[in-house]
Amino acid sequence: MNITTQVFQIPWLSPAIPEILLACGALVMILIGAIRGQAMQRVIEMIAIGIMIIALLIVVGYGPGKMVTFENAFVNDAFARFMKVLTLVGSIMAILLSMDFMKSKGIEKFEYPILITLATLGMMMMISANDLMALYIGLELQSLALYVVASIHRDDAKSSEAGLKYFVLGALSSGMLLYGASLIYGFTGNVNFDTIAKVLQGKAATGAVFGLVFLTAGLAFKVSAVPFHMWTPDVYEGSPTPVTAFFAGAPKMAAMALFVRVMIEAFPGITQQWQQIVAFLAIASMVLGAFAAIGQQNLKRLMAYSSISNMGYALVALSAGNQAGVQGVAVFMATYLMMTAGVFACILSLRTKDGHAETINDLAGLSQTRKGTAFVLAMLMFSLIGIPPLAGFFGKWEAFAAAINAKLYILAAIGMVSSVVSAFYYLRIVKVMYLDEASVTYRQGAPEVNAVMGVTFGFVFLFFLVWGPVVNAARVAAKSLF
Amino acid sequence: MLGLGILSGLIILPLVGALFIAFGLKEDDAGTRNARWVALWTTLAVFVLSLFAWAQFDIAKAGFQLVERKEWLGQAVVYQLGVDGISMPFVLLTTFLVPFCIVASWESITKRVREYMIAFLVLETMMLGVFVALDTVLFYVFFEAGLIPMFLIIGIWGGARRIYASFKLFLYTLLGSVLMLLAIMAMYWDAGTTDIVKLLAHKFDPKMQTWLWLAFFASFAVKMPMWPVHTWLPDAHVEAPTAGSVILAGILLKMGGYGFIRFSLPMFPEASHLFAPLVFALSVIAIVYTSLVALMQDDIKKLIAYSSVAHMGFVTMGIFSGNTQGVQGAVFQMVSHGLVSGALFLCVGIVYDRMQTREITAYGGLVNRMPWYALVFMVFTMANVGLPGTSGFVGEFLTLLGAFKANTWVAAIATTGVILSACYALWLFARVIFGEVTKPVFETIPDLDRREMAMLAPLVILVIYYGIQPGPILDACAASVDQILKTYQAAASAVAKTAALAP
Repeated sequence: MNITTQVFQIPWLSPAIPEILLACGALVMILIGAIRGQAMQRVIEMIAIGIMIIALLIVVGYGPGKMVTFENAFVNDAFARFMKVLTLVGSIMAILLSMDFMKSKGIEKFEYPILITLATLGMMMMISANDLMALYIGLELQSLALYVVASIHRDDAKSSEAGLKYFVLGALSSGMLLYGASLIYGFTGNVNFDTIAKVLQGKAATGAVFGLVFLTAGLAFKVSAVPFHMWTPDVYEGSPTPVTAFFAGAPKMAAMALFVRVMIEAFPGITQQWQQIVAFLAIASMVLGAFAAIGQQNLKRLMAYSSISNMGYALVALSAGNQAGVQGVAVFMATYLMMTAGVFACILSLRTKDGHAETINDLAGLSQTRKGTAFVLAMLMFSLIGIPPLAGFFGKWEAFAAAINAKLYILAAIGMVSSVVSAFYYLRIVKVMYLDEASVTYRQGAPEVNAVMGVTFGFVFLFFLVWGPVVNAARVAAKSLF
Repeated sequence: MLGLGILSGLIILPLVGALFIAFGLKEDDAGTRNARWVALWTTLAVFVLSLFAWAQFDIAKAGFQLVERKEWLGQAVVYQLGVDGISMPFVLLTTFLVPFCIVASWESITKRVREYMIAFLVLETMMLGVFVALDTVLFYVFFEAGLIPMFLIIGIWGGARRIYASFKLFLYTLLGSVLMLLAIMAMYWDAGTTDIVKLLAHKFDPKMQTWLWLAFFASFAVKMPMWPVHTWLPDAHVEAPTAGSVILAGILLKMGGYGFIRFSLPMFPEASHLFAPLVFALSVIAIVYTSLVALMQDDIKKLIAYSSVAHMGFVTMGIFSGNTQGVQGAVFQMVSHGLVSGALFLCVGIVYDRMQTREITAYGGLVNRMPWYALVFMVFTMANVGLPGTSGFVGEFLTLLGAFKANTWVAAIATTGVILSACYALWLFARVIFGEVTKPVFETIPDLDRREMAMLAPLVILVIYYGIQPGPILDACAASVDQILKTYQAAASAVAKTAALAP
């Protein structure tokens, strides 16, 4: 009797309503696309954006507190909600940025918004994952959608190459991650984060530490931290620009959220062990990201290295391993998301008959031909350097203050110095726009791209007004993990 | 007004002017002309407003006045403004000098005038913010944000090697500043706040002070600039447009000295005492070495730039002598140098506008064609040398006096700098102004016109007035300096006592 009721018991669904909504929405969109075909492109895009906005509202609308469901595999807490908001915002902006570009390249496909929706669903699963199984399911759902999206321009050799590279290396990293997960399961006897934490309390089984290393390697691949960053520049360069904009935003939010949750929830007893690994990843990412970007001419490659070094800064905050650290990661990721989206919106708004701006030299003299865009892009560059009063400064403040709080002085100093190095290449873009003579005249950008540009710029420029509220939200989010 | 005080007004007003130029004016000739006028009237209004602030300022009080406070990040990081006797002179100096920069750029800047004026107004906001901020994060925000307009001013409107110079300025300054930022974070976790008033009352552990002091030193030493991190300054000065040089020498360099007096001395007194010999050594090297380097320059602006480094050496020496004469002299020297070097750069700008060259050898015999110019240039050259009766003398004399009390040898070597400064300054004057008119282009060179006269006359008057009557500036900062030195000397004597007790 008891057994039958348990089998047929329906799990508590309300913590996962946004995810369920996205899943159902994706199915509906597939149906519409399959029946009506390409003619429904715009409608499907609108549906995708619409359900993501509804999901966003639901996520924001959840009351405070922690909800757990699906046998403890799925958790909906303040941290998850904070990061889900970022992820959804990133995905919505990615679809908006893609509309005009895909049309002009003749690669409009109704599958694109559907794949973005599915990837977003995977990301939200990752963020809410509370055991190793849910983690893997979310991760793979996301990754598989991303592999396809990378090669969405299938007639273009570079785009196909990007998809293939991403797939092969991604599969390798998934393998490592799975291996690590199985080791952890083997040595702790459970897949649930809370239970793993209890088992590992105080003592670190060597096998579990081994598993931790492999797991971290897999996660580092997803956040493109050095030395698992190899795929990033090539995939960023090869993918169509709006896809790159998507890669640089939402998936990074989810992967970083997952990274934080695994480390803080599953391995709080062996912080010493993982702190070293994360600190190493942070230093390597910041330094390599700063130096390797100097020689880049292609804007997308440059942004790839920029995002590598930015992930390094986020990992600096994580390596603090305390509440201030998680808060730092959350605020930093929020500012990073808006800055990157803004930069890509600027790039995508620079269109000619033949295509879009691709290299740094395409931006020459932009301050004369397109004053507004040049100003926005320049401010975003200063923000990426971390110059106040722009958002990037406050993000860095939160991230590095956390490291200082945990007494990781050397790590913070290395990070700061590498941010000065990276200032060089960000400044180069400002220099090209303001100090060089104009070469190309661009048409005005598409309205939705300009809208994304305006919103992100407003956020970055006026962040000092909302610093307090954002930090408060991040503090609540961070507290929910401790 | 709107719940904001007079100091917020000082910060906001230039931004309002900048916004008006950006959105209120058309992009045509009339808009360009109006942009100049709007910028001038805005900066003059800011100056008048700062005079009101000065009128409300009570020089007898040592603490902060005209304080405004609003929550920013809860109670930990606050939007707090206020002035004391040390910052008030710099606020006035800033509001006073910026209108000159606008006038100096009236005709020499011909391309992208609107953007230029916007950059200058934003820069004024940032500079004023540095001096009135009473929160370390707020201070840092203004301190760093000023880099953006400065980078653009040098990069867009500068000379031939402007890109190199602007990158160098930006990266040097940023490298120093980020270390200071880490120190600010460490202070935040130690004291639980970034409020400067509370931090002044907080006692930092001496061991921690050492590191904090070094981090702040990294930033301020670059900004000052002190030897050996001064190399960005000559490049920046040479490439910057005239007004940019004026601001750079007149105000931006003072932020370093202001920072030393505001943060290093009162917050880390033990560490300041510990590192005073290091600062003395660097200051003396700067004074002697850069004076010698200045002797050998071919470019007028570069020569003045090196002379600025030498004069800033007197400032750092005075500050870390840790006595009333030294610190008051340093404040006076900074204000005086702001006027004198600003005026010298204006003078260079005037001949540069006519001749398009700054090579010393290209000039000669200007006194025959430009007698007024020669007279004005002479006054400022003498002030730069430190001739008694000009403001330059008071500052150098007081800092040397302070240094003499602290360490005789330092004062002795630094005094040679006074002689060397006479050498390079008088030699420069002789080569540019005296001699025969050999080049035909000089036959028709016009003397100062009305705009230039109006621009230089107030500076001449002030330089001589403060030379004879240094009281106003010294009195203004006296009370605040005494208070800062009280903590410093208490710490210094405590260190001496422990040293005596040690076996």
